[in-house]
Amino acid sequence: MGSLAFDIAHLLAGGLVLVSFMLLYQDRLSALVNVFALHALVLALSVAWQAFVQEAPHLYVTALIAVAFKVLVVPLALHRIIRRLGIHREIETVVGIGPTMLAGMGLVALSMAVILKITPEADPLAREDLAFALAVLLLGLLLMVTRRNAVSQVIGFMSLENGLILAATGARGMPLVVEISVAFSILIAFIVIGVFLFRIRERFDTVDTSALDEFRGERR
Amino acid sequence: MSQGPIAAVLVIPLLAAALLAILPGYRLTARLNVAASLLTLLAALLLLMGERPAPGAYLLVDDLNIVFIVLNCFVAFTTSVFSAGYIQHELETGRLTATRLRFYHAMYLVMMFGMNLAFVSSNIGLMWVAVELATLTTVLMVGIYQTHEALEAAWKYFILGSVGIALALFGTILFYTAAQPVVGEGADAMIWTVLLSRAAELDPALLSVAFVFLLLGYGTKVGLAPVHAWLPDAHAEGPTPISAVLSGLLLNVALYALLRFKILIAANPEAIAPGPLMVAMGLGSLVFAAFMLYRRRDIKRFFAYSSIEHMGIIVFAFGMGGPLANFAGLLHMVMHSLTKSAIFFAVGNIAQVKGTQRIAEIRGLTQSHPALGWGFVIGVLAIAGLPPMGIFMSEFLVVSSTFARAPLLAIPLVLGLLLGLGALLLRLTGIAFGEPTGSTAPATGTNLPMQAHLALVLTAGVYLPPPLVAWFQNVGVLLG
Repeated sequence: MGSLAFDIAHLLAGGLVLVSFMLLYQDRLSALVNVFALHALVLALSVAWQAFVQEAPHLYVTALIAVAFKVLVVPLALHRIIRRLGIHREIETVVGIGPTMLAGMGLVALSMAVILKITPEADPLAREDLAFALAVLLLGLLLMVTRRNAVSQVIGFMSLENGLILAATGARGMPLVVEISVAFSILIAFIVIGVFLFRIRERFDTVDTSALDEFRGERR
Repeated sequence: MSQGPIAAVLVIPLLAAALLAILPGYRLTARLNVAASLLTLLAALLLLMGERPAPGAYLLVDDLNIVFIVLNCFVAFTTSVFSAGYIQHELETGRLTATRLRFYHAMYLVMMFGMNLAFVSSNIGLMWVAVELATLTTVLMVGIYQTHEALEAAWKYFILGSVGIALALFGTILFYTAAQPVVGEGADAMIWTVLLSRAAELDPALLSVAFVFLLLGYGTKVGLAPVHAWLPDAHAEGPTPISAVLSGLLLNVALYALLRFKILIAANPEAIAPGPLMVAMGLGSLVFAAFMLYRRRDIKRFFAYSSIEHMGIIVFAFGMGGPLANFAGLLHMVMHSLTKSAIFFAVGNIAQVKGTQRIAEIRGLTQSHPALGWGFVIGVLAIAGLPPMGIFMSEFLVVSSTFARAPLLAIPLVLGLLLGLGALLLRLTGIAFGEPTGSTAPATGTNLPMQAHLALVLTAGVYLPPPLVAWFQNVGVLLG
C-alpha cells in the first residue's frame, strides 16, 4: 500500500509538470485556458490524494476549492473575457516555442538537482512533491516572461500558484494550507476581475501588455 | 490587560474600515479615518509602555517588532491627517469620486490592519498572509485614479508583487519542511519563537535554499534591485498619501519579514550566512538607484528611486550585522520613514498647487510658497544625509562601522551615497530656487504633518534620548 500511495502521488505530481509543459507550447488563447483547466484538475486530484494518504480531511477542502474555482469558474470567466475582447485566436510569444521548451527542461532539471540534493533525509513523498512543485513554479514563471498577453500572464501566474499549493499540501501537516489557498483564490479573483474591469483592451486597444509601456511617464 | 493593546492595534483599524466602507460624505469619513488612526497609535503606545503579553501561537510582541509597530502607527496617523487635506483637493478637481473615496478610506485602514498583523504575528504563515493583504490593498489604491498610467502601475505592481509573494510562500513552505522533522507536525513548526529556540537543529541545506527564496520574494517588496521594477511606477501614479505610506511603511513590513528570517538563519551555524547576500543586494540597490536618480523627470518617481537607494543602505547595514551596524540600520530605517513620508507630504501639496509632477515645470518654490518650499528644502537636505539631521547620523554610523570592518565595501557605499547626494542637490536647486513658475495660489493641503516629521528628524540628529538609544542597542544585539 505504501508504495502504491507513493506511486500515485508521484504520478499526479509528475502529471502536473507535464501539463505545465503543455501550457508552454499552446499558441491559441482559448486552448491555453482549456489546458489550464486540466492543470487545475490534476492539481485537485493530487491534493485529494494527499488528503487521503495523510488522512488530513481539511485538504479535501483545498481540493474542492481548486475544482470549483480553478477548473470551473476562472476558465469560464476567462473564456468569456477572451470572446468579448475577440482575441481567442491570438497569442504572442516573446521567445519561440523551441527555446522556451528547452529553457523549461533546464528549469525542471535545475529544480530536481536543487531539491533532491538538499533533502536527502526528508520523507520521500514530501521530497518528490517539493521538487515537482518547484518545477511547476519555475515553469509558471517562464510562461509569464515569455508571453506578452495579459490573459496568458494571468494563466502563468495561476499555474505558478498551483505549484505552491502542491508544495504546501505535500509538506505533511502544514497548518494554514486551506487559509493560504483561500487567500490565493481571492488574489486570483482580483487579478481576473482586474483584467476585465480595468478593461485593458478598451483603454489601450489591446491586451498586449507591451502597449502599457507607451504610457509610462518617462519615454526613452 | 496584557492581550488588550495587541488586540486593539488589530481590531480598531478593521472595525473602522467596515464603518468607513458604509458611511458617506468625505468630511466625516476623513475625520473618522484620522480618529481611527489616532486610536491605533494610542493602542500601540500602550503596547510599548505596558507589560508585554507572553508570546502566543499567533501573536508576539518583542523589542524588535514594537519599534516597527509604533513607527507604523505614527506615520499612518500623520498620513491620515495629510490625506484629509489632500483628498479634499482631489474631490474638488474631480479626480476622485465619492464612491472611490469611500473605498479609499476603507482600503487605507485594511492596509493598516494588514501591516500591524504582519508585525505582531509570530506564525510565519500568518505573517505571509498579512503581507499579502497589505500588498493587495495598496495595489487597489495605486490604481484608484484609473488613468492609463495608474492602471499600468497597478498592473505591474500586481504581477511583480504577486510573483514576489509567491516566491516568499515557497520559502516559507521550505522552512516548514525543514522544521517539521525536528519540531513535529502542525502549527508549532511555524511559530517563530519555537523555530528560533531549535534553529540549530534544523537542516541547514534546506534553510539556505529557503532563505534565497525569501530574500528574493520579500526583497521584491522591499524594492531591492534587480526586483524593484514595480516601485517607481506605484509611487508615481497613486495618490500621494499612498506614496508616503508605501515608502515609509510598506517597504518596512517586507524588511521586517526578511529580518525575522535572517535571525532564524543566523541562529543556525551551518546554514548559509545571510549577511553577504543582503550586503550584495543592498549595495547593488544603492549604487543602481543613485545612478538612476539623475535621469528622472517626474518628481514622485525621483523620490521613489531615492527610497530604493535608502532601502539599499538599510539592507546593507543589517547585512553587515553586529551591534553597531544593526543599530545604525534600525535608526536609518526610522529616520528614512519619517523623512521620506514628510517629503511626499510636501510633494503632494506641490503637485496639487502646480498641477504637474514634472520636475522641469516646478521652479522657485521658496518664493511662491515659503512654508511649503522651505519645508521641502529641509526634507531633501535631510534625505540627502546632510548634518545636523538624523539621517546624517545613521549614515555616518553605517559608513564608520563599514570602514572599521570591511574597508573595501565602504568605497562603493560612500560612492553611492555621494552620487545620491549630488542628484538630490542638483534637482533641489531647480525646484526650490529661481524664478517661480506655474500657479502661485496658496496650497490647500496642510503642512503640519510634514513639519512634525521634520522636527522629529532634526531632534534625532541633535539629541537621541538615552532610553531610545538603549532600546535600539538592545534590538541591535537581538538582530545578531
